[in-house]
Amino acid sequence: MNKPTLRSYQKPQKLSDYPLGTASEAGHLVTKNSGWRNERPIITDACINCLQCYLYCPDGVILKTEHGLDIDYDFCKGCGICEKICPKQAIKMEVE
Amino acid sequence: MSNQITAKTITDSEFFYGHKACSGCGGSLAVRIALKVLGEGAISVLPAGCMSAVGFNYPHLCFSNNSIISTFAGTASMLTGVEAGARAVGIKNFKAVGLAGDGGTADIGIQALSGAIDRNDDILYICYDNEAYMNTGIQKSGLTPFGAKTTTTPSGENIHGNIRPKKNLFEIVAAHDIPYAATASIGNLKDFMNKIEKASKIKGTAYIHVVAPCPIGWGIPVNETIDIARKMMDCGLWYLAEYENGQFKLNKNPREFSSIKDYLLSQGRFKHLDDADIEILAAQRDAKWAAIRKNWNTTEEEL
Ligand SMILES: Cc1ncc(C[n+]2csc(CCOP(=O)(O)OP(=O)(O)O)c2C)c(N)n1
Ligand code: SF4
Ligand code: SF4
Ligand code: SF4
Ligand SMILES: [Mg+2]
Repeated sequence: MNKPTLRSYQKPQKLSDYPLGTASEAGHLVTKNSGWRNERPIITDACINCLQCYLYCPDGVILKTEHGLDIDYDFCKGCGICEKICPKQAIKMEVE
Repeated sequence: MSNQITAKTITDSEFFYGHKACSGCGGSLAVRIALKVLGEGAISVLPAGCMSAVGFNYPHLCFSNNSIISTFAGTASMLTGVEAGARAVGIKNFKAVGLAGDGGTADIGIQALSGAIDRNDDILYICYDNEAYMNTGIQKSGLTPFGAKTTTTPSGENIHGNIRPKKNLFEIVAAHDIPYAATASIGNLKDFMNKIEKASKIKGTAYIHVVAPCPIGWGIPVNETIDIARKMMDCGLWYLAEYENGQFKLNKNPREFSSIKDYLLSQGRFKHLDDADIEILAAQRDAKWAAIRKNWNTTEEEL
């Protein structure tokens, strides 16, 4: 799997550190979105792996892994679309 | 089509990730899914609008494919240049794809789009339609529906929101005799994914118009983006269709419509509508469906 990743970012210190333009490497993330969230989705054992939550998550943070689904809480915004789309009510939203 | 794209078969890679769209944003889901279908060969062009604003925040860059911001009016003309340039330098297996809002497409960008279709440039243009200029704070666009309240079409005692109907951009595009055009909705991603796949294989210009609700502008809770997109189709205010080989085809022909009133009154932007306003919208819907059922191919087939 390939996706944009969080990397450390050095703020420019002197004039020559500044880039000539705002064009830069693709998929370079420097901040998380987790602070936006009031509620955190939890995938429970009722999951039948139908992947609807994975497909419909606007942020793409539900990840397929060898042992089922995982959520990247660094970038989940807690919208609750996954909870609503789940045909088995297998996702519970927990207050942060 | 036998090789359907599904949640199981679509790539695990994410090309639009870590973006700053509001929680529950429909436009960001449309962009995410479109790029997953197209893959790393997509060279995307995004004009001014929410999706460029939330995707490019230097040095935080959320696209993992090559992507660029165009002028507001110039999505299609930049696509023309990207396609010609990539071909000239010998890049193989790429797709120049535009991801533009309704304002950027139906209003200020319509001339560039019309020109590109006229030249039959080998590009894919996707309009994510959230029915207003959202990035600048919800102003009416040519795709804002009748009755919707925006900051430029307020609702008061005499005038109840937008007084003009939604432009029919799908048919405006089709009227160019484009090789392929389709409507879609983020409420039905299976249909959307397979239309993108089909469009990506077209030689010449392809256009997809995908409805992508905006919880902020529509006045709905952030977890209802998908439900509202589905309700819009169920009540007949949106339809899934294609235009190909000079023919219009309806993909889904509902036997009956769900309540248009329920759809409208569950959104803040339509809360002020009275029964007479809703009647106008219902009559427009019925006239449209009568014309579709009379003139289009309505044999429902899987894509
Ligand atoms: C020539 C020009 N006029 C106006 C603007 C300001 N502007 C930036 S984004 C935007 C709204 C875009 O609306 P839409 O295309 O529907 O996309 P959305 O923000 O809804 O995703 C406007 C008016 C601009 N950037 N350039
Ligand atoms: S939608 Fe529900 S059942 Fe389906 S994969 Fe997600 S959590 Fe599991
Ligand atoms: S809460 Fe929203 S962002 Fe988080 S995993 Fe569910 S759908 Fe994705
Ligand atoms: S204002 Fe609407 S379209 Fe723009 S990012 Fe927020 S939810 Fe998405
Ligand atoms: Mg818009």
